[in-house]
Amino acid sequence: MMTSTILRTATRYLFPLLMLFSIFLLIRGHDEPGGGFIGGLLAAMSFAMYALAYDVPTARLMLRVDPKYLVGVGLLLAGLAGVFGLVWNAPYMTTYWWHPETGPLAGQHLGTPLIFDIGVYLVVIGVTLMIVFNLAEE
Amino acid sequence: MLWAVVSGFLVAFIAPLVHRLGRRAAGPVLALLPLGLFIFFLSHLPDVAAGEVFRHEALTWSAVLDVTVSFYLDGLSLLFALLITGIGTIIVAYAGTYLEDHPDRGRFYVALLSFMASMLGVVLADNLITLFVFWELTSLTSYILIGFDHEKAESRNSALQALLVTALGGLALLAGFVMLGLIGGSFELTELLNEREAITGHGLYVPMLVLVLLGAFTKSAQFPFHFWLPNAMAAPTPVSAYLHSSTMVKAGVYLLARLSPAVGGTEVWLWTLVIVGGVTMVIGAYLAIQQVYLKRILAYSTISALGVLVFLTGMASAEAETAARYAGTAFGAFLLGHALYKATLFLVAGTITHETDEKDVTKLGGLARAMPMTAFAAALAGLSMAGVPPFFGFIGKELLLEAALQQAAWAWLLTAAAVVTGTLFIIVAGLIAWRPFYGEVRQTPKHPHEAPAIMWVGPALLATLSLLIGILPGYFGTPLTMPATASVLFAGGDEAARTGLLEEHRLALWHGINLALLLSVGILVLGVGLFAAHQHVMAALRPVQWTLRIGPAKWYDIAFKSVIGFAGLQTRVLQSGFLRVYLAITILTMVGLVGYGIFRLDDLPVSLELPAENLWAYAYQNLYVLVTAVMILLGTFGAVHSRSRLAAIASLGVVGFGVALIYVFYGAPDLAMTQFLIETLTVILFVLVFYHLPAFPTVSGKLSRGRDVLIALSAGTVMTTLVLIATSVQVQERISDYFVEQAVPLGEGRNVVNVILVDFRSVDTLGEIVVLAIAGVGVLALLKLRPGRKRA
Repeated sequence: MMTSTILRTATRYLFPLLMLFSIFLLIRGHDEPGGGFIGGLLAAMSFAMYALAYDVPTARLMLRVDPKYLVGVGLLLAGLAGVFGLVWNAPYMTTYWWHPETGPLAGQHLGTPLIFDIGVYLVVIGVTLMIVFNLAEE
Repeated sequence: MLWAVVSGFLVAFIAPLVHRLGRRAAGPVLALLPLGLFIFFLSHLPDVAAGEVFRHEALTWSAVLDVTVSFYLDGLSLLFALLITGIGTIIVAYAGTYLEDHPDRGRFYVALLSFMASMLGVVLADNLITLFVFWELTSLTSYILIGFDHEKAESRNSALQALLVTALGGLALLAGFVMLGLIGGSFELTELLNEREAITGHGLYVPMLVLVLLGAFTKSAQFPFHFWLPNAMAAPTPVSAYLHSSTMVKAGVYLLARLSPAVGGTEVWLWTLVIVGGVTMVIGAYLAIQQVYLKRILAYSTISALGVLVFLTGMASAEAETAARYAGTAFGAFLLGHALYKATLFLVAGTITHETDEKDVTKLGGLARAMPMTAFAAALAGLSMAGVPPFFGFIGKELLLEAALQQAAWAWLLTAAAVVTGTLFIIVAGLIAWRPFYGEVRQTPKHPHEAPAIMWVGPALLATLSLLIGILPGYFGTPLTMPATASVLFAGGDEAARTGLLEEHRLALWHGINLALLLSVGILVLGVGLFAAHQHVMAALRPVQWTLRIGPAKWYDIAFKSVIGFAGLQTRVLQSGFLRVYLAITILTMVGLVGYGIFRLDDLPVSLELPAENLWAYAYQNLYVLVTAVMILLGTFGAVHSRSRLAAIASLGVVGFGVALIYVFYGAPDLAMTQFLIETLTVILFVLVFYHLPAFPTVSGKLSRGRDVLIALSAGTVMTTLVLIATSVQVQERISDYFVEQAVPLGEGRNVVNVILVDFRSVDTLGEIVVLAIAGVGVLALLKLRPGRKRA
């Protein structure tokens, strides 16, 4: 769309940083400001930046999958995050946590809410990019 | 029992795979499932016949709402379950061959097996809500089955009609069930069955009854809702056979019989059922003999048979004990008898059409020589339908007559209705089982041959059962139908009455010479005579043919067209296609509703706590907030007065970032971040559509600007007042305090906002992302599917 060398170069360097930051926001979200929604918006934005600086086909190539699959997978993950409880006859969406004591994840806590948040993250990326890419292709 | 229901759905999932691997063998292989279930249920027969009932609570769905997934097996459920699985076995095997060349056979098995499982769920459910869920599942799966030939408009319309009629009834039923559960104090049938006094004496009994009956009558195609059933004949014949003999339409009858001990026994119940059932049985039979297509004849005769069953369920609530017992016994016997012969006749009709490509009964004849086994099955089933001894149909009809004769009031009229129906049934039986097979051989589009074995073994088996049970009613009939009768007549807890009935009453061919027998003989003579003179009867009926054209099917068409017309009208009025109009309607609705609510308050509970004495010091301390507020206001004015679109967007951005700053000041970093990102995204989206928008100054003139100012001001006023009220009134303890306290101990997270989103309120969030996804798909559709554009 715009053939600005500055924008293109900046995008190339900013993109990985923004993506890392969005994943960082996603993972820290349970304890510090952040979360799947914010992280997802940021990730979508970094792809949208690519679409602006280069063009939509390039941005689609970066994403590798069609955004609509992200929406589907995200909804599936978020929906499945709640079924663990049903196995032990607890209500849907009951959360479970895992506290690893050794290994690289020692001291962290991982739980079903993280799966749920990853689902939200993917849905937000998918929907936003679905709209952005299609508008840009007009 | 849970697995008995669930296995059907599970096998349905792998059915297409079985079909792909098994090809021709898929039908018989998949039939093993219903066969296994049939044997499973059969193994319970001795216990149930001895008066035992089984209850199994599989899952607590929602303890607060008293909804459990629980199952219940007694005589009535067992009889239905045996019919569903037994006839299901034959249907699944038969369908494989019948639809041999159909490309969508794999999908057909999915729908058929899911339908069977849903139907089992209906008859085994103990909880009303569980029952309702399965009830709706039968409507949905039968929609797919009826519309199976989805490339034909006729199929699609019929399927939609069936769905609309039964789903409307389903809505009424849901309301009725909720009322019944509240009146009776439980949603478990086992408990409701012992609450007859409390239920029938309640002030809301009649409204509840009307709703429940609406559900049952639409499902069971009772007059005036009968019209959808003949149209449902668009389904492949094995489906029709299944829907009509033992499932779908019988669900309504099952429900009435099931609820009879709980909500029956009143005059309203008795007479509603007797009148509706009686009218349906006579009209159905009358319409049946007017048809010329095999399946339509059978369809109308099914309506009539359903009428008989409703009629009998009603009479089973009669005050006199013998009358009630006769009606109850007749119910069980007729149910079984009808299922056996109706399934056979449908399958026979399917075989005839499959082998000859002809469905008009007046163009068929002399097929017995070419298709001896099919003719044999048809003859047995036809004789049972006609009520000729020693077939089982005879026992059912005898009991029907006896039940009508025993009634305290209007016995002669009820008996006359039963006699008319019985006579017309003989004509129907003749049309289906005699006319195509005997007489002179007629030319058909396809030269007839005997069908493959799998297509006549099933019908022949069912027809032989009709004869066998008829000859030995004590051995086969009584243990099958009398426990069902007991369930219709007595509540679950009434053990003494139940076992008493089971010990005293047995089905028998010979009841001695009585009035019912004489009537039976009369019916036979009259029926055979009328069948012989069928041509003349039809000629005599011609002057009243016009009555057929003003039936309820016409009303349905009118109602359907007016709904569509109304939808079109209100779409034209409301959906102008202009975003500004939508916004104005949405905002004005909000202003109207909220404004009215505020207006209704006696005094505005708004308290503005300003530190009045040192206002200047206060303002100075919060100078950064004031500056931001001024910035937001300036941005707003800029947006409104700007003469260029770019400037307007930039001004709006100032407003958005200002609001985000306020979030930061008051300690809501998550909100602030979201707001920042959304503002940025808005700019990106705007850049993308910039060149597609119309020139800016022409968007609105002076007049429309004035109008928009009014709308905006009213919305602003109402929202401000609302926020002020919301922050000053504290009705209950703030739930946010609870969330803040519990975020770490319960939610294992220090970010309260995120803990609420992904844990405490995760189902809400799930709903929201679903909405988000739908909105995304909507945008996609708007962009991609505009008229005059190639599909992407």
